[in-house]
Amino acid sequence: MARRVPLFLKRRSYRRRRLRDAARLLPVFGAFFFLLPVLWSPGESPAPDTASDGLYLFVVWFLLILAAAALAPGLDGGADDDGTEP
Amino acid sequence: MSHVLLIEDEPNIAEAIRFILTRDGWSVSTLQDGAAAMAAVHDQKPDIVILDLMLPGRSGLEIVESLRADPATHGLPVLMLTAKGAGREREAAERAGVSQFMTKPFSNADILASVRALAGR
Amino acid sequence: MPFNILVLTCVTYVALLFLVAFVAERRAGIGRARWLRSPAVYTLSLSVYCTAWTFYGAVGYAARSGLEFLTIYLGPTLVFIGWWWVLRKLVRIGRKQRVTSIADLISSRFGKSNLLGVIVTLLSVVAMTPYIALQLQSVTQSFGVFASGTPEGWALPNRDATAIWVAAGLALFSILFGTRKLDAKEQHHGVVTAIAVEAVVKLVALLAVGGFVVWGLADGPSDIFRRITESPISDWELQPDRWFGLMFVSAAAVISLPRMFHVMVVEGGDESHLGRASWAFPAYLMLMSLFIVPIAVVGLERMPSSANPDMFVLTLPLQEGQGALAMLAFLGGFSSATSMVIVEAIALATMVSNHVVMPVWLRLRPDVAMTGDVRGVVLMARRVSIIAILALGYGYYRMSGGSTALASIGLIAFVGAAQVLPAMLGGIFWRGASRFGAGLGLLMGLIVWAYTLFLPSFGDDGVIPAHVFALGPFGIGWLRPQALFGVSGMDPLVHAIVWSMVLNASAFALGSIFSFPGPVERMQGAAFVNVFDEDQTGPQGWARGKAEPETLLMMAGRILGEEPALGFFEAEARRQGKAGFLPDATPEFVELLERRLAGSVGAATAHAMISQIVGRAAVTVEELMAVANETAQIMEYSARLEAQQDELTRTARQLREANEKLTQLSIQKDAFLSQISHELRTPMTSIRAFSEILTEGDLPPGMVAQYGRIIHDEAIRLTRLLDDLLDLSVLENGTVQLNLGLANIQTLLDKALAAAGSTKPERVFTIIRDLPSENLFVRTDADRLLQVFINLISNARKYCDSDSPELKITVRQRAGRVSVDFIDNGKGIPKESQAIIFEKFARLSDQSRAGGAGLGLAICREVMANLGGSVSYLPGQGGAAFRATLPLRLDRKLA
Repeated sequence: MARRVPLFLKRRSYRRRRLRDAARLLPVFGAFFFLLPVLWSPGESPAPDTASDGLYLFVVWFLLILAAAALAPGLDGGADDDGTEP
Repeated sequence: MSHVLLIEDEPNIAEAIRFILTRDGWSVSTLQDGAAAMAAVHDQKPDIVILDLMLPGRSGLEIVESLRADPATHGLPVLMLTAKGAGREREAAERAGVSQFMTKPFSNADILASVRALAGR
Repeated sequence: MPFNILVLTCVTYVALLFLVAFVAERRAGIGRARWLRSPAVYTLSLSVYCTAWTFYGAVGYAARSGLEFLTIYLGPTLVFIGWWWVLRKLVRIGRKQRVTSIADLISSRFGKSNLLGVIVTLLSVVAMTPYIALQLQSVTQSFGVFASGTPEGWALPNRDATAIWVAAGLALFSILFGTRKLDAKEQHHGVVTAIAVEAVVKLVALLAVGGFVVWGLADGPSDIFRRITESPISDWELQPDRWFGLMFVSAAAVISLPRMFHVMVVEGGDESHLGRASWAFPAYLMLMSLFIVPIAVVGLERMPSSANPDMFVLTLPLQEGQGALAMLAFLGGFSSATSMVIVEAIALATMVSNHVVMPVWLRLRPDVAMTGDVRGVVLMARRVSIIAILALGYGYYRMSGGSTALASIGLIAFVGAAQVLPAMLGGIFWRGASRFGAGLGLLMGLIVWAYTLFLPSFGDDGVIPAHVFALGPFGIGWLRPQALFGVSGMDPLVHAIVWSMVLNASAFALGSIFSFPGPVERMQGAAFVNVFDEDQTGPQGWARGKAEPETLLMMAGRILGEEPALGFFEAEARRQGKAGFLPDATPEFVELLERRLAGSVGAATAHAMISQIVGRAAVTVEELMAVANETAQIMEYSARLEAQQDELTRTARQLREANEKLTQLSIQKDAFLSQISHELRTPMTSIRAFSEILTEGDLPPGMVAQYGRIIHDEAIRLTRLLDDLLDLSVLENGTVQLNLGLANIQTLLDKALAAAGSTKPERVFTIIRDLPSENLFVRTDADRLLQVFINLISNARKYCDSDSPELKITVRQRAGRVSVDFIDNGKGIPKESQAIIFEKFARLSDQSRAGGAGLGLAICREVMANLGGSVSYLPGQGGAAFRATLPLRLDRKLA
């Protein structure tokens, strides 16, 4: 498609682009943190750590939901340059 | 008594003409449909045919053409009536070989006079 | 708790769901259902992910394997917070291509190949049958829990009977609310709303039990924390391979399970809803899992060691004497199971009917696309499929005896569903993915999954003999089902995931790389992968101008129903700048129509049906070049050229039509003068002749009276003609005075039928009416409307040439407008005349056999325009058909 895309975007469009980048990165971070416990086990401490592992997972989970909720409103409704993948 | 064949699809007009001619001593038979015209002519051997231009079944012009093409009826006097404007229709009628052309509405005296003239009385 | 109360509660609850679904359907039907399509309802409907397996099984899972159950919810969480990657594209494609199921998506993407649709359908049915059985089993089990161990002491009458009642009830619900309409895009408000209600019930129930456990049985969070550390659950050690594998497979399943695809893409289909669901759905999952471990820990402490941990959610409150809480938990579990089964059954039934039943049926009777009731057949196929699917689930439940732990059956189904993933993701991101590759990958995945996971789940000597497990088939060691290629140290589940996904994806990739896709396939590939490019004017698959729009309309009517089809055609005709109901059969239009039909019967079937009319899927040489060349510029250039050419062709056609009409009109103008002369002179002739006769005055009185009457009649005829001409000129100038008031359509039709009865009174005419629908008050000029009705009915009486003439009058109300159709069973009006019948003096037979001057329809048209409506000819109805449309309320300023 030979549509002309300006080299530099306006501030608002620029923000939206970076917001999308953040939205794309979010699951990658999430996957990393969810898989982190794999590296801990069997764990240096001999004491059972299921409870704290669970707490950790729920905290990460909660933060991810917060981040997604913060990103989502800015993502949709951007009809100006919808979907032009870089 | 001379015989007139009247082919006219408007029943009221046919009735008027029939009345006028009958009173004058003609025998009149009427027909409403163009398709049966030729058969009626051969059947009744009329002295004069009065023909409407716009007929259901077969148009007046076509009937005249058939009459003129047939040696038996080649010289049969034909009076053509029409309710349409004159001009083009009159030309077409004359080309087809109509003896006389008359537009509606007509006066009773005119039609009587024309029929008498065509019959040579 | 007595059995009767339990059953009564169940029945009440189900009745409530019916009511909710019914009300939602009704409100959607009258267009007042915006909230039904809100993000909240969308998110809640996604919760069909949480089945009875979550509700009951998660606690059991936690009791057996600690935190591992969390993977089932963490995977989907990652998919949803990463919605910008995959889900958004899926939803957009689903909406643009009017996808009806996951099988339809695959089939449509790979060149509308029905074979792929069949493979995916087969895979889905096989994988989902145990899963459905699992739901039936859990409902039956939960009944059983109440049966035993209560002081009232009653025994469950019959387990199998319970299961069969549940299955039959669910089938009924799915059929009632899932197979009402055909178009999958505007359907199922009832089901979705009921599912949303159930989602709330199961969340509330699980949170209530959790709250009771944490604050009622234990001393709050810190106490629970301590108890977890002391409980046997803490002995669990995280197995990295299972942790990773399960998270992957659940992430895959959340988009490829038929029911998830159904609620997410087919029912939903709005990206802004998806944005909200991206965090709300993970939040729902988190809340659902929050109290699982506490319930498991406390359950293990308090319950006898023989108790089944899968039922702790229910048994724990029951043992503590919390009858009401147990009841709530029971309803929660019941909700989880029923919502899953309903949606799954609808999704699978859509697949089976669109990809198996319809193609077979079309093959057997290729003519039915035009003549048969396609709609009825599809709906019937869906209904039968739903019953068959539930029967399969019940059969599996009976056969397996319902003993396996809930978690393992669920996971087997997940791995099965995940086999669609490579073809699906490849299809929407990789233009090079081909039908051959997809088919190969799917088959490979299906076989490996069945061999390494599904069939072994029946146990040693279940389906696969024990010696095959130990030594491999025919003693070939490296083909052992659970140690493929000698990989024996792995957990069997992870083993199956790894091998099925690796072999599936490799076969898909290699098959795609080494095959060459056909033209339709490449076009679909481009349309799917580049779905976000606006105004796609890609090459069309249909040759231009081969199809008669009227034929297409008839076929569309058989599938979509008469009304929606007419509406669609009318809108398209207007978009092309044409009046009436028949748009030009441009390639764009045929393409659009195909997609619309695909929303009802699936892409492959729709394509096949259209090909029957348009001819084979003809691709022109230029279009093939454009595809083969592959560069976007050339594609766009050719698309633009094509659009221009289309535009030109259309303009030329319109000009030609306009010219034709002008010529016709000019001839008519001449004819008009001559005609008006004729019409005036004819009565004048009689009047003149008879008045002359009467003037002569020597007639008998009887004849005077007769001739006087003739003069009178002819004078009236003359007056009427002049009235009509005057009326028409007033109407055309828009200076007409309207008397607005309320009028009842039924009364008007009664009057019109009575008045028109004098036209050819000798003919016996059958009138078909639907009185209740006619009872409609409109604000309009009643006399004028009556005039139009009389005219249309008289026309039917005059011109309908059937031996047993019939006139059908249909009244409809839609969006503030009323339409009244008059359809007779005569020959109808030939296509070339349809454009001129509303012109003045446009009598089709040139003779005045019917006695009118040919002004009737012209007057009707002007009257309706003055009433803010229209009258038009409806093509393709069998006979002559006219539709008068007018607004419910006519405002004076409009008039």
